[in-house]
Amino acid sequence: MFGKLTLAAIPYDQPIVMGAVGGALLLALIILGLITYYRQWPYLWREWLTSLDHKKIGIMYIILALIMLLRGFSDAILMRSQQALAVGASQGYLPPQHFDQIFGAHGTIMIVFMAMPFLTGLMNIIVPQQIGARDVAFPFLNAVSLWLSVAGALLVMVSLGVGEFSRTGWSGIAPLFETQYNPGTGVDYWMWAFQVAGIGSTLTGINFLVTILKLRAPGMTLMRMPLFVWTALTTNVLMILAFPPLTVAFALLALDRYLGMHFFTNALGGNMMMWNNLFWIWGHPEVYIVILPAFGIFSEVVATFSGKRLFGYESLVYATAAIMILSFTVWLHHFFTMGNSPGVNTFFGITTMMIAIPTGVKVYDWLFTMYRGRIRFTTPMYWTLGFLTTFVIGGMTGVLMALPPADYVVHNSLFLIAHFHNMLIPGAVFGYFAGYAYWFPKAVGFRLDETWGKRAFWCWFIGFYLAFAPLYILGFMGMPRRMEHYWNPAWQPYLIIAAAGTALILAGIVMQGIQLVVSIRHRHANRDLTGDPWDGRTLEWTTASPPAVYNFAVLPRVEDIDALTHMKATGRANTLPERFEDIPIPNNSAVGFFIGILAFLFGFAMVWYIWWLTMASALGILLLIIIRSVDDDTETVIPASEVQRMEAVRHRQARPALRPLPAGGTMS
Amino acid sequence: MINGHFQRRHQVKNTLQRIRNGLGGLGAAVFMTGCRQMPLLDPKGPIGEAQRHLIITTFALMLIVVVPVFVLVFWFTRKYRASNSKATYAPQWAYSAPIDSVIWLVPVVIVIALSYFTWTGTFRLDPYKPIAAAHEPLPIEVVSLDWKWLFIYPEQNIAVVNQLVFPANVPLRFKLTSDSVMTSFFIPRLGSQMYAMAGMQTQLNLMADEPGVYTGHNQEFSGRGYADMHFKAIAATPGEFQAWLAKVRQSSDVLDTARFAQLRKPTTANPVAFFSSVEPALFQRIVRTYRGWMGPMTAPDRPGTMGHDSGPMPPQAADADHPSPAKRKEG
Repeated sequence: MFGKLTLAAIPYDQPIVMGAVGGALLLALIILGLITYYRQWPYLWREWLTSLDHKKIGIMYIILALIMLLRGFSDAILMRSQQALAVGASQGYLPPQHFDQIFGAHGTIMIVFMAMPFLTGLMNIIVPQQIGARDVAFPFLNAVSLWLSVAGALLVMVSLGVGEFSRTGWSGIAPLFETQYNPGTGVDYWMWAFQVAGIGSTLTGINFLVTILKLRAPGMTLMRMPLFVWTALTTNVLMILAFPPLTVAFALLALDRYLGMHFFTNALGGNMMMWNNLFWIWGHPEVYIVILPAFGIFSEVVATFSGKRLFGYESLVYATAAIMILSFTVWLHHFFTMGNSPGVNTFFGITTMMIAIPTGVKVYDWLFTMYRGRIRFTTPMYWTLGFLTTFVIGGMTGVLMALPPADYVVHNSLFLIAHFHNMLIPGAVFGYFAGYAYWFPKAVGFRLDETWGKRAFWCWFIGFYLAFAPLYILGFMGMPRRMEHYWNPAWQPYLIIAAAGTALILAGIVMQGIQLVVSIRHRHANRDLTGDPWDGRTLEWTTASPPAVYNFAVLPRVEDIDALTHMKATGRANTLPERFEDIPIPNNSAVGFFIGILAFLFGFAMVWYIWWLTMASALGILLLIIIRSVDDDTETVIPASEVQRMEAVRHRQARPALRPLPAGGTMS
Repeated sequence: MINGHFQRRHQVKNTLQRIRNGLGGLGAAVFMTGCRQMPLLDPKGPIGEAQRHLIITTFALMLIVVVPVFVLVFWFTRKYRASNSKATYAPQWAYSAPIDSVIWLVPVVIVIALSYFTWTGTFRLDPYKPIAAAHEPLPIEVVSLDWKWLFIYPEQNIAVVNQLVFPANVPLRFKLTSDSVMTSFFIPRLGSQMYAMAGMQTQLNLMADEPGVYTGHNQEFSGRGYADMHFKAIAATPGEFQAWLAKVRQSSDVLDTARFAQLRKPTTANPVAFFSSVEPALFQRIVRTYRGWMGPMTAPDRPGTMGHDSGPMPPQAADADHPSPAKRKEG
């Protein structure tokens, strides 16, 4: 009936795990209780869980990302504190079987369940608005993607209390992850969580690629698209091309683990090196999937807060495209030390270094955007400047590692850990936080508190250096990654500094929590009635904050890269349209939500060998897809008169708040 | 008077010199202590030394791109802050062909220079490339087990667990395989690491140029006992090495088939063990354990090179121990 699942699967004997499980359950119960107490279930169901509105889906994605950020970061705290203690005879406080799950969980969560939902959420909220569209191409598919991501995240969370998580790192280590060496449920949880979320990401890629290519407003040629749309476009291409190899890799691993096949095993024809190749053919483009949208955000932020057109727009577009293509040519640099011939290593070393060229160009384009600008130092700008100064260091160490002979000594060391955190924290996370602060008023209707935002920035910024600079040094001292305890006392002082840095980042996260609470309490003071709180340059600032369900009452006409700046200059901004039209909007649908639940059950049933539930949930998903595809009643039309009424209300509210055009900002 | 003045000046100069020497010396001492703790910056062999040199060269080259970023960030944000109304404001200025060319061309030139270092460095420091030295190389077979290292000295017909002793200034020719999961064999003071994989053999050439006690470890996570999978790598004088060999040969423990079956069972923090003799061609047998299902085959010499998995070989050529030069060409 329950496959391998028994009550013994719950790790009662591990107080740290049980504490975490208890805490998470308690928090969930409190939230559910509050929703019930305030009778918010119908609201939640109607307005959020079944919504196909891309803006609400985007917000739900970001909530998922922030929750998973907390989980992933608690893993980081555990690792850093364990390593600060566990020298010589001291074994720290985490046994190997727990520690070895944590580093895999941390990586999996941060990449697949923090970075991916965060960037997908930002794309959801902003891309349609920046291209002047009323929705994404496939609103229902969008909901399916969201709930598949949630299902994957839920699988990772459940693994904490029922069974275990993988002990083979976030990227998997062949043949260590085979049944022979890891017979437990950990690898299966990791595999199915990845797989379910990965399919969601593939669908997102398709959805947004079509949206960007087909739904742009009149006049928005490709070379007039805002940079964030360009980076979203390249990210979507990467998602579509990179995720299928991953899906295949996990399918082959599933065949190994479930049916005793030998794709990645030691013997009987298995080839462990194939796993490295297949995983990193996804894994390296994945780095750019998470970083490119952040590059787009920095481009928007730096232009807006410099009050100036982006420098070298075409260079930035071509650099982005170059990175997209080159990202598929470098995967082998993840395993230069596998006995490849020097010719092969040289090829991949040089292609890797070539990525530094367009990336360097981008950095200088952002710098020259500030040149002769009028820089306003807002929170998004802080994150951008923090990124510029920190990211180049990561770039430098990256080029160093691209040199195969240098990689032979720093590969798999803490130098590597420092390097990729130096890319992903400033490059992706700072970018998302910049986007979060920049677009928060657009999505929610009021601005975030600047004081707490800047405090959080400084904690993150200084904390980052404290946490990762020692790791570079430790790499030179020869310390490998993933050490549960270590023998060399010379490493300990650096690990203590790194732990202190982690504590400082924790303070930053706490301050971001405070920022959110303070901002909600002061929401009336910080409300954005104009829809354009920053003197923006692109179309998303022409909609209301938060936008009407249809975004644009009349589709805008685009005549410039900085569409809104051009409108402001020609007096077309903030005008009430003369004619209105009927606007069809997608009906709510619970099908996406139920597909997510069934996908979770499918993954859970696979992990525990509950075959009847596997079948039932797979059949259920198929049935739901059929039901949805024969449903012709998927749209409601908002009549033109209603649109006119809504727009009139908005303009009445916005008028007193509309400032005269800011001096120097737009008229030139 | 003049003399006194001169003397005083001389004294001052001397004092300054001393202080400078002192400070310089202190700085150098701190730097050296720092470096001494950093095996990669204070290597003890020619491979590691070449790698250190390459790292520093690359680092210096990249500063050409990185330093201006810091300068420009501070300069531009200071000068063009919104409160500075005196600075030029050019909201439409968005392109300059000279700037665009420079920001493309400078990184291109640097990457071309780096590519040259990559090309030459990767071939020169290929871990498979024998080290030219006055002495004949010492072959050592490395077998990665759960969670310990087995070192077989085929020419001496001895084996050791978790201790590697070798003469300094003699090239070491390692062959690596695994009898379990994938691991990475690494002695930071000597240079390059190399993966050890079951059913395959990889190669690594290292040398120590001074006697000393170094640490070697596994650099690829391999399960529960990974953190304890380290060993002393002792570069000895020729006399010390001979004495050590004599000591190992006195061991009553012998690594035959049965003993190996026992040894390969997972253990954590295995103590050092000496074996005075070894089953003939044990290393090759371990490699073949994972390939034997298809009949006699050689392990690919370059396992990481795609499409180089050699097909069935005639029995006489199946000796993986002596790869012919033809087989060593790249795939």
